[in-house]
Amino acid sequence: MTAATVAESAGARGDQPPVPEGAVTITVKILRFNPEIDSEPRWETFGVPALPTDRVLNLLHYIKWYFDGTLTFRRSCAHGICGSDAMQINGVNRLACKVLVKDLMAAKGKQTTITVAPIKGLPVHKDLLVDMEPFMEAFKAVKPFLITYGNEPTRERIQSAADRERFDDTTKCILCACCTTSCPVFWNEGSYFGPAAIVNAHRFIFDSRDEGAQERLDILNDAEGVWRCRTTFNCTDACPRGIQVTKAIQEVKRALLFRR
Amino acid sequence: MQFHKYDVIIVGAGGAGMRAAIEAGQRSRTAVLTKLYPTRSHTGAAQGGMCAALANVEEDNWEWHTFDTIKGGDYLVDQDAAEIMAKEAIDAVLDLEKMGLPFNRTPEGKIDQRRFGGHTRNHGEAAVRRACYAADRTGHMILQTLYQNCVKHGIEFFNEFYVLDICLTETENGPVCTGAIAYELATGEIHVFSAKAVVFATGGFGKVFKTTSNAHTLTGDGMGIVYRKGLPLEDMEFYQFHPTGLAGLGILLTEGARGEGAILRNASGERFMERYAPTIKDLAPRDIVARSMALEVLEGRGAGPNKDYVLLDCTHLGAEVLETKLPDITEFARTYLAVDPVTEPVPVYPTAHYAMGGIPTNVHGEVLRDNDNVVPGLYAAGECACVSVHGANRLGTNSLLDINVFGRRAGLAAAEYANNHEHVELPENPAAAVQAQVELVLSEHGKERVADIRTELQATMDANASVYRTEETLKQALHDVQALKDRYAHITVQDKGKRFNTDLLEAVELGFLLELAEVLVVGALARKESRGGHAREDYPHRDDTNFMRHSMFYKQGDGLKSDIRLDYKPVTFTRYKPMERKY
Repeated sequence: MTAATVAESAGARGDQPPVPEGAVTITVKILRFNPEIDSEPRWETFGVPALPTDRVLNLLHYIKWYFDGTLTFRRSCAHGICGSDAMQINGVNRLACKVLVKDLMAAKGKQTTITVAPIKGLPVHKDLLVDMEPFMEAFKAVKPFLITYGNEPTRERIQSAADRERFDDTTKCILCACCTTSCPVFWNEGSYFGPAAIVNAHRFIFDSRDEGAQERLDILNDAEGVWRCRTTFNCTDACPRGIQVTKAIQEVKRALLFRR
Repeated sequence: MQFHKYDVIIVGAGGAGMRAAIEAGQRSRTAVLTKLYPTRSHTGAAQGGMCAALANVEEDNWEWHTFDTIKGGDYLVDQDAAEIMAKEAIDAVLDLEKMGLPFNRTPEGKIDQRRFGGHTRNHGEAAVRRACYAADRTGHMILQTLYQNCVKHGIEFFNEFYVLDICLTETENGPVCTGAIAYELATGEIHVFSAKAVVFATGGFGKVFKTTSNAHTLTGDGMGIVYRKGLPLEDMEFYQFHPTGLAGLGILLTEGARGEGAILRNASGERFMERYAPTIKDLAPRDIVARSMALEVLEGRGAGPNKDYVLLDCTHLGAEVLETKLPDITEFARTYLAVDPVTEPVPVYPTAHYAMGGIPTNVHGEVLRDNDNVVPGLYAAGECACVSVHGANRLGTNSLLDINVFGRRAGLAAAEYANNHEHVELPENPAAAVQAQVELVLSEHGKERVADIRTELQATMDANASVYRTEETLKQALHDVQALKDRYAHITVQDKGKRFNTDLLEAVELGFLLELAEVLVVGALARKESRGGHAREDYPHRDDTNFMRHSMFYKQGDGLKSDIRLDYKPVTFTRYKPMERKY
């Protein structure tokens, strides 16, 4: 094996890194807002070289790293697991690291434009970065932890594979807020718990080991609870983990109707 | 500037940090400071499982697990620590189950277990089912379960508080840790946290490499802070390359796939691991599989148009196994490579994954300031720490185990220390260094772009300090890293604001990456042998006479121009004598 040298770079701002073969220039239109400077949000447009296999997150990084270091967004794992980079991409809630450019390409010969805006219904702190506190407060309000009474067994609790499967879908939640911030009821009435909190309540209500279902159902029976849901299915469409969110909410409603 | 006073401060909200917080928070006034929102940490990306000799599906015991861990680590493991980890693994898994973790179940309703690389029955006879798992999102479920329990116990979090320094107060018995300094991302304000005990659980530094399974945020901040304080780092040359990263992208595909029966093949379809590890084949430890894959490619047997990857064949597992036991990786292959594992083999190549080295600690999580003495009040656990239970190569699943066993131990030890000691006064002007650092990054002193330096760092590390290394490649890497450090002195950031200045954040992170890359390369150059994850083409054999010892790296002097002093620490042996490592 021989040593590979890395080319000395020019380093000065303004020079862009080499454009890879097969790249096309994508128009990326971003809703910017920095309360330190702006009185209201404004659209800004960048031309970004991109490969079809690039994630939208790559385009945002390109802009931040080579055009405008002030562009602000959250991200971490970059493959759809950590839930940091929920945003509206072409009007729908997605994780920027799970949307590929090839899936947003315009018809042959036409210029591709991708619009990016912050998720809706939570206060915008800066650009694509929103205040997650109201979302996390709703999550915490449904007692999202296993509740049991009596003595703990010495070994593990026994749970059949079928009982484990019963709540499998809602264990996938990564708290990205795609579902909650796609919900028209949440937009209009911020006090609504929202789909993500109900998904996490569902995860415990239908866990055969849990003994806190009644407490949680009482909370969700509240005026701001599950009955606000209008089954528009936006949440299910928005979930990057493929959780049947609306179905989970309906199952919680049914549990409320048929409980003793 | 704001001041806060706590008994215990935990830095980092991944698995180790939150496991420590659950213990410390119930016993003392505790706060967690985290650069990310909780549940964003990279523990959530771990997939395959967490090993413990529960013997739920076949005969097993913790002594076999200890042996596998030591052999897997190529005998650089501290054997007393490995024993503790394997023994306490059983309760660690049961504790998580009691906290609510939804493990997959056996037909009898017990926690199910599957095979994993390097985990064997009776000292290497055959692969054993030891990994407890929740589909292929075990790390996600651990992270969620620990956060849920933090909510249950009302643990206090300071989210998006970036810790940039620790406070050490000099006493007649040496330095004592008295707090931490954090930069609040939302406001740009600096916070001084006075504490009796500080636990570091800040994760790894995979972003020194280009092709990595690591998150953008894994920049070795905790290791860097400790190192800059003149405290040692241990075994930094040992970096793990996970065999099955999605080719070209580095996104992780769990070893659990091979645990369920998936097979690695070269371009001609040959199951090449039969040649390298005849007994356990595709379930050999990661260092061996990664080197075998690299050799297949180097010798022209790689697949694809450029013959630069191999194939992970899952097609014989069937759609049901993939959808129920490996759903996430099935989706990753579909989303990012447009390959359906049900019908096609998946292109894979080794990806930078895990730091075996880190901040040296004893088995209570206490941080060492040299080979014999601890820094009272300072603790570390998880990937940022080096106990050392992973030695020269970590076995799959042992990281999720490490964070639970040693996260818990560090949390307990920190709380006990805090409850038996008074607050020691902070040093004078405790935040001065951090204030100066932030001002320096924001001031104009050049036109170098952070992204350019980082890209070049990652390129040279991938090319020269990866699976195989030589004197020549490592010298090139060292030259490049040092040149990049010079250029780093001339960086500029565009965002000069106070509000969520992630431009500033990336610049600070790059400073840590550069220093840690240099330590890694210096360690790799000095270790003239091949052991575990450190493979020198020019020194292909293990050399127990000269190198059966841990490396200890100390920063000499201040600033970027400083030198590294390399010292050594003996390995702790209990009952296992070093043998040749065959599988």
